[in-house]
Amino acid sequence: MRAIRAIGRPALRGVRGVGAVALFALRGLTALRPIPARALAVQLVQIGWLSLPVVGLTALFTGAALALQIHSGGARFQASDVVPAIVAIGMVRELGPVLGGLMVAARVASSIAAEIGTMRVTEQIDALVTLSTDPMRWLVTPRLWAAILSVPALVAVGDIIGIMGGWLVGTGSLGFTSARYIADSWAYLETWDVLSGLIKGAFFGFIVALSGCWFGMRCARGAAGVGRATTSAVVAAAIGILAANFALTGLFFR
Amino acid sequence: MSALIETRGLTRRFGAKTVLDGVDLSIAQGESLCVIGQSGTGKSVLLKCILGLVPPDAGEVLWQGAPLAPRREAFLARFGMLFQGAALFDSLNVWQNVAFRLRQRMPARAAREIAVEKLARVGLPPETAELMPAELSGGMAKRVGLARAIADDPQVIFFDEPTTGLDPIRARAIDALIRGIVTETGATAITITHDMASVRAIGDRVALLAGGRIAWSGPVARMDDAPELAGFLGRPVAQKP
Ligand SMILES: Nc1ncnc2c1ncn2[C@@H]1O[C@H](COP(=O)(O)OP(=O)(O)O)[C@@H](O)[C@H]1O
Ligand SMILES: [Mg+2]
Repeated sequence: MRAIRAIGRPALRGVRGVGAVALFALRGLTALRPIPARALAVQLVQIGWLSLPVVGLTALFTGAALALQIHSGGARFQASDVVPAIVAIGMVRELGPVLGGLMVAARVASSIAAEIGTMRVTEQIDALVTLSTDPMRWLVTPRLWAAILSVPALVAVGDIIGIMGGWLVGTGSLGFTSARYIADSWAYLETWDVLSGLIKGAFFGFIVALSGCWFGMRCARGAAGVGRATTSAVVAAAIGILAANFALTGLFFR
Repeated sequence: MSALIETRGLTRRFGAKTVLDGVDLSIAQGESLCVIGQSGTGKSVLLKCILGLVPPDAGEVLWQGAPLAPRREAFLARFGMLFQGAALFDSLNVWQNVAFRLRQRMPARAAREIAVEKLARVGLPPETAELMPAELSGGMAKRVGLARAIADDPQVIFFDEPTTGLDPIRARAIDALIRGIVTETGATAITITHDMASVRAIGDRVALLAGGRIAWSGPVARMDDAPELAGFLGRPVAQKP
């Protein structure tokens, strides 16, 4: 009996927690009347545009390192030629979205949680309500949609830069000609490879913004509360991205 | 006197701690009520329970004799509040903060004009309109918060510790502003404070919150005679000449 209770209580709390997050996400996604256009534009810049350098550099070094690895690993079974194809497929399907998503998580989940958490702690969110403004529509909705829209765009840019990173190494030190490298990258890449990565990006963006908003809105009192909210948001976003990536990869490529 | 706002048995716990333990309070139309109490006794929580920002565990809040909760939007449309730390929106400048509610129903230019007027009312020159909250001193932020609270001519205003953290001169200036605004507009006001000079300047009636309940309540003029307030006033009642 006690054992059942010991398992049952945390399980119940877990289910209730998942339900609360789902409800929060649903309200955040649908508080669109009227569409908070200006806030959305600001967030597209904050989340999308300002993440470009980080995501671009991540993709560049990843693509370059991947080319080196495939070349030396492939040499063991005389398959060094596959470098362009594997770099392209690996970047577009997996590394572009996952590493891009993780970098956005580090940059954006933390800043959303810190900003909203500070607003919670300094009573700005209470002030919004007393001024007849729904904090969900004003704060959460623009961030959720901006992340859902901009992370796929970041992934697309990251894909191109990652392939370029492979190309730099391939033509610079692995003996590929530029024309052959590009031709090989194209030849083996399918539309669904790219598309699946972009869809992953949209999910990852959603996860990042949702963690930031959720932990920010539930921020405990004081500066320590903001610190904890920020950490929780990044950890939850990163784990959420990796778990969702596994689930989506299973769904897309079985 | 019929009550404009009334709380009945308002109760709120945080974890094992009962912060409000059945608060019965009523405020008449046009009255200025000061709620006093030690730091951490739940004064801010009381205001937030009235507004529904913190949902009470038990009890109810009446507005004009009927439950407030289902009519909260209508209530808030006639309501303004000065928060303890001013709670200005960091991402908006001073006039955008003051005009926040006005801009929901009028163009920016008209809203800005009224905002500048309200800034003047609280003693701030037009140049402050374009400043960001981060550039303001504590006293100025309080004034801007005050201007935002009164921007849309509310009929009910809550002031949460309006003078806390200010030096005595600025504190008395804020008291005078609040008294002036409340008498001019005839608004009903609840002011939370532990500053007895503020109570004398602003209040018609005082309520002492202690142990989660209203321990004493009466006219400001009678508070020196109340033994319940002796500890709070920091001197024995008997010493009064
Ligand atoms: N959101 C909250 N979570 C947990 N405890 C809270 C919360 N808000 C207030 N409290 C607790 O309630 C008590 C009263 O707080 P408050 O109303 O802010 O005091 P004050 O009378 O100084 O305004 C404090 O002990 C505080 O710790
Ligand atoms: Mg307080």
